[in-house]
Amino acid sequence: MTAIGLIDCNNFYVSCERAFDSSLIGVPVVVASNNDGCAIARSNEAKALGVRMGDPIHLIRDRLDRHGVVVRSSNYTLYGDMQRRILSAIDDFASEVEIYSIDESFLDLTPFGDRDLVAHANGMRTQVRRWTTIPTCVGIGPTKTLAKLANAAAKKNPIFDGVADLRDDAIRRFVLDRFPVGDVWGVGRATASKLAGLGIATAGQLRDMQMRQARGLGTVVLERLVAELRGVAASAVDVVEPQRKGMAVTRSFGSPVGDLETLMGAVAQFAMRAGEKLRSHGLVAGQLTVFFHTNQHKRDRPQHHGSRRLTLHPMTDDSLELLAAARRGVEAAWRDGFAYTKAGVMLDDLVAAEQRPRTLFEGDVERRARLMTALDEVNGRFGRFTAVPGTQGFRWGWTARAESRSPAWTTRLADVPVVAAG
Amino acid sequence: MTSLTLHDVPFEPIAREARLFVCTTPAGFPSPAQDDMEEPIDLGAWLIDHPAASYIMRVSGHSMTGAGINDGDLVVVSRSAEPRSGDIVVAMVHGDRTMKRLRRRGERLWLVPEAEGYDAIQVDEHVEVWGVVVALARRYRA
Repeated sequence: MTAIGLIDCNNFYVSCERAFDSSLIGVPVVVASNNDGCAIARSNEAKALGVRMGDPIHLIRDRLDRHGVVVRSSNYTLYGDMQRRILSAIDDFASEVEIYSIDESFLDLTPFGDRDLVAHANGMRTQVRRWTTIPTCVGIGPTKTLAKLANAAAKKNPIFDGVADLRDDAIRRFVLDRFPVGDVWGVGRATASKLAGLGIATAGQLRDMQMRQARGLGTVVLERLVAELRGVAASAVDVVEPQRKGMAVTRSFGSPVGDLETLMGAVAQFAMRAGEKLRSHGLVAGQLTVFFHTNQHKRDRPQHHGSRRLTLHPMTDDSLELLAAARRGVEAAWRDGFAYTKAGVMLDDLVAAEQRPRTLFEGDVERRARLMTALDEVNGRFGRFTAVPGTQGFRWGWTARAESRSPAWTTRLADVPVVAAG
Repeated sequence: MTSLTLHDVPFEPIAREARLFVCTTPAGFPSPAQDDMEEPIDLGAWLIDHPAASYIMRVSGHSMTGAGINDGDLVVVSRSAEPRSGDIVVAMVHGDRTMKRLRRRGERLWLVPEAEGYDAIQVDEHVEVWGVVVALARRYRA
């Protein structure tokens, strides 16, 4: 019998912050998104105070201060390193691992199915906790949807003590009959309200829905969900990242940008990064969009939204081509006299590099490919953007705002924790 | 005084794929060192044999000079090694990170400094052994 696990880190970003800063233990903590915008992680104490996911920090600042909530800027360097450690710690406990997000992974536990999987999962949690200090919960089920649901149950209901195994019929029925249908993985708000109209409020009721009705009401997705809730896998553990339709590199600026040179420098960086992302996925792009705009929330200020879409012909993964296109777009859309606060480069029309349509007169593609490989190696080895093209008027006057970011505890020698011999 | 004699060594070139360098010399001998090429010594890998569970920390203070650990040294702290009596450990004492030697004295565990003028700390519910110091790194010139 197939056994899928889902391991999920509890309040992952907060737990990472607490790993090296004990002053954060036992106090309400919120981690803010890039540029200190919104709450993207909350400790249990902060949840209890009513801080919600996505709350804009500046709007709830008074409440945070009143309750002594500590706000940390997001530190993706730290979270990424901790994720790597966690993946290494769970490696012994699963035959296959599919990374679902920075703090969640699906596991194929089928080869361990003849053992007590709850004990097995607890062994894995202990190892993760020991190596990294990060607490986790594990959900187990015959399908991904049920594993995800089991994880939510393990997190919410203390009777599971961190691990819920829904392979057992009685336990599965107990959980599904109490699980709100809107919280089922893949059920959106629109679908949930349609289901409510039919009197379907729990995951158990969704499971018992007629397949034909599910197809009529929702989409193939809903039909597959019903199948998965019945224990019929519609998606095996998928270790290959699905091919991406488009990708984007965008950032808000720490302080507004008013001159072309600085904007160009930022956009150049985004184009370089986008090229790196393309190559790491073995893709080429056919369309590039570059955009930059003023702060849309400050309506009393002059507004401008500049954007240009360019066709890349031939399709390419060459950073220098992307950079050239992005520069043309910025130059065409630029207008003086505005305070720009956000910019980005988006790539669309992506296909696998080997399926790229060939064109006549392409020039020396091989040679450029070698240059890109060298570029990626240098930047991978010596830090991002060590090697950049000597774009005219490169200026680095912008960086994301992060007023209270913790040190890169685990990845930078100058930042490692200090231990007192005193 | 030892004398050194140089012999002609019979040499047979063998066709084999080089792992690190491609020798493109158009004529002549392949480098005799080519087949024996190894990775450079990686001290980091030797110091940190279990990277996923190891953390680097910087020492501040003088209470472990008797164990050869000085102010400013870097230590590798392992969270996968089982702490045993006699190990140097990093412990959280009332929330503060401190380094001492773990010692069993009778029924109880103690955190013991290794320099004059510092006190031992009894391991109780306010003390958590965080990791075991498994390696030390020090540079004498920057």
